[in-house]
Amino acid sequence: MNGSSIDRADFAAIGQWIRSGSRVMDLGCADGELLKYLRETKKVSGYGVDIDDGHVLACVKNGVNVIQRNLEEGLGEFEDQSFDYVILSQTLQAMRHGERIIREMLRVGREGIVTFPNFGYWKNRLQVLKGVMPVSEHLPYEWFDTPNIHLCTLADFESFCVKRDIRILQRQVLTEGKKVRYLPNLRGALAIYHFGARSQK
Amino acid sequence: MPNPISSINNSSVGVVSAQQAFFDEPLTLKSGAVLGQYELAYETYGTLNAQRNNAVLVCHALNASHHVAGYYADKPEEVGWWDNMIGPGKPLDTSRFFVLGVNNLGGCHGSTGPQSINPRTGLPWGGDFPLMTVEDWVNAQARLADRLGIECFAAVMGGSLGGMQCLQWSLSYPQRTLHALVIACAPNLSAQNIAFNEVARQAILTDPDFNEGNYDAHGVKPRRGLRVARMVGHITYLSDDEMANKFGRHLKQEKENYNFDADFEIESYLRYQGDKFARYFDANTYLRITKALDYFDPALAYGGNLALALAPARAAFLVISFSTDWRFAPERSRQIVQALLKNNRDVTYAEIDAPHGHDAFLLEDARYHLLVSAYFERIDRQISP
Repeated sequence: MNGSSIDRADFAAIGQWIRSGSRVMDLGCADGELLKYLRETKKVSGYGVDIDDGHVLACVKNGVNVIQRNLEEGLGEFEDQSFDYVILSQTLQAMRHGERIIREMLRVGREGIVTFPNFGYWKNRLQVLKGVMPVSEHLPYEWFDTPNIHLCTLADFESFCVKRDIRILQRQVLTEGKKVRYLPNLRGALAIYHFGARSQK
Repeated sequence: MPNPISSINNSSVGVVSAQQAFFDEPLTLKSGAVLGQYELAYETYGTLNAQRNNAVLVCHALNASHHVAGYYADKPEEVGWWDNMIGPGKPLDTSRFFVLGVNNLGGCHGSTGPQSINPRTGLPWGGDFPLMTVEDWVNAQARLADRLGIECFAAVMGGSLGGMQCLQWSLSYPQRTLHALVIACAPNLSAQNIAFNEVARQAILTDPDFNEGNYDAHGVKPRRGLRVARMVGHITYLSDDEMANKFGRHLKQEKENYNFDADFEIESYLRYQGDKFARYFDANTYLRITKALDYFDPALAYGGNLALALAPARAAFLVISFSTDWRFAPERSRQIVQALLKNNRDVTYAEIDAPHGHDAFLLEDARYHLLVSAYFERIDRQISP
């Protein structure tokens, strides 16, 4: 799902919210590059989770701890509140049980970080207006081969958080690796949210 | 990319020979019994480097031995039981690592066991040989490591009962186990598993030739019992699907015999495997090894809390399970992983989708072998100066 196409700006944005030496889980970790980056820059310890045999092998080659597991089945063996952060990077939109995984992230982790392509980005809107499904930097697939089944906009995600009692702690929106502050739901290509449960246990 | 598996297939460590190490320092067993002196049969492949940090201990499961890889000059057909995994250029690469295989105490392949002479009586131990545990085996292996000048293993590796020994190494000797490769394993046997072992043992114990384990003194062998024991085992090592694929309902002849000869291919296969095993394996050893399996339960002393039990471990772990292994199911490996996670240990877990049941850990599978290969490369990078 995510993978080597994920850019460093994404990594840096995630990294800025992570306290040094914390315990991190990266869901859909692909080749483990993000964890490797966080280990090198933030001295985190942690584990990647991925279902794909090739990704598991790539993580081992990268020296990253990885647990092979189907995220659609939840995070069964992971204890409640056993991680400081659970990250879901560019994977939410491809999950069948998106709501469940967000709930699981906040069960296992004290805080969650999620990144996803903003469907409200003007380039996407323009293509829809033209009457075609959008294909862009963060949505590189054609409609017939896309793994992305649950696309949303910044506004969608934020209203979801309100309804599900999720407190958004921080947000960063990027376009071509640069921060977007003004009209983010229109001008932002990639959304990165840092969130926690509204009533912290 | 060339397929690294097929290109390394033909490499073997070549001709190997077994060695013996004699110990006269008494070994106190978990049962309380004491072995005053004993011998261990072992094999080594590759070279121990100057830092003495590239040693890998390979632990065997139920019926295997110290003969892990290569072949004997006088018996070229006797290839080591994990030869597809270990050798030059293979996943456990003997050109980088010094590999040690040990026949466990109580075995029947050269280490002191029920067929050895009891120094107190001058007769074979037979049924008097004490029962062994995984902890006892690990303690004996550690003494051999001392003898060979190995302070810390780069890795301890094994599948099934061998995996239990890896786990135990990380607990009994945390400072001497850098990595543990725990494959097709479980933190203890389930009731169903113990039940299968008990059927196997009852087959042996009720064989009229068993003579309370002192069959050698009577000039007989409880082969019928051992044969049935092995047949039961074989059923549990294969998956239902694999058995259906391999044998289905195929008949040996074109039609049913209407007698008790082997009608079906599967019957004939089990009889063949049972007969073969009963010819070379010792019944007393089989009884003891199945008991060691049953007794293994590191969490028992911690009220069943596996995470607490695994707290002393300092190793990094590679845990591997196989999807169709119902004897040591993936769920059991996940319990090990969960307990290691709670202890914040370095752990990688892979669940290999393979059709072969428990036997899969001994078979060649590209995903499995590439993973082990990559993991050993990581160990090699870690220990290289």
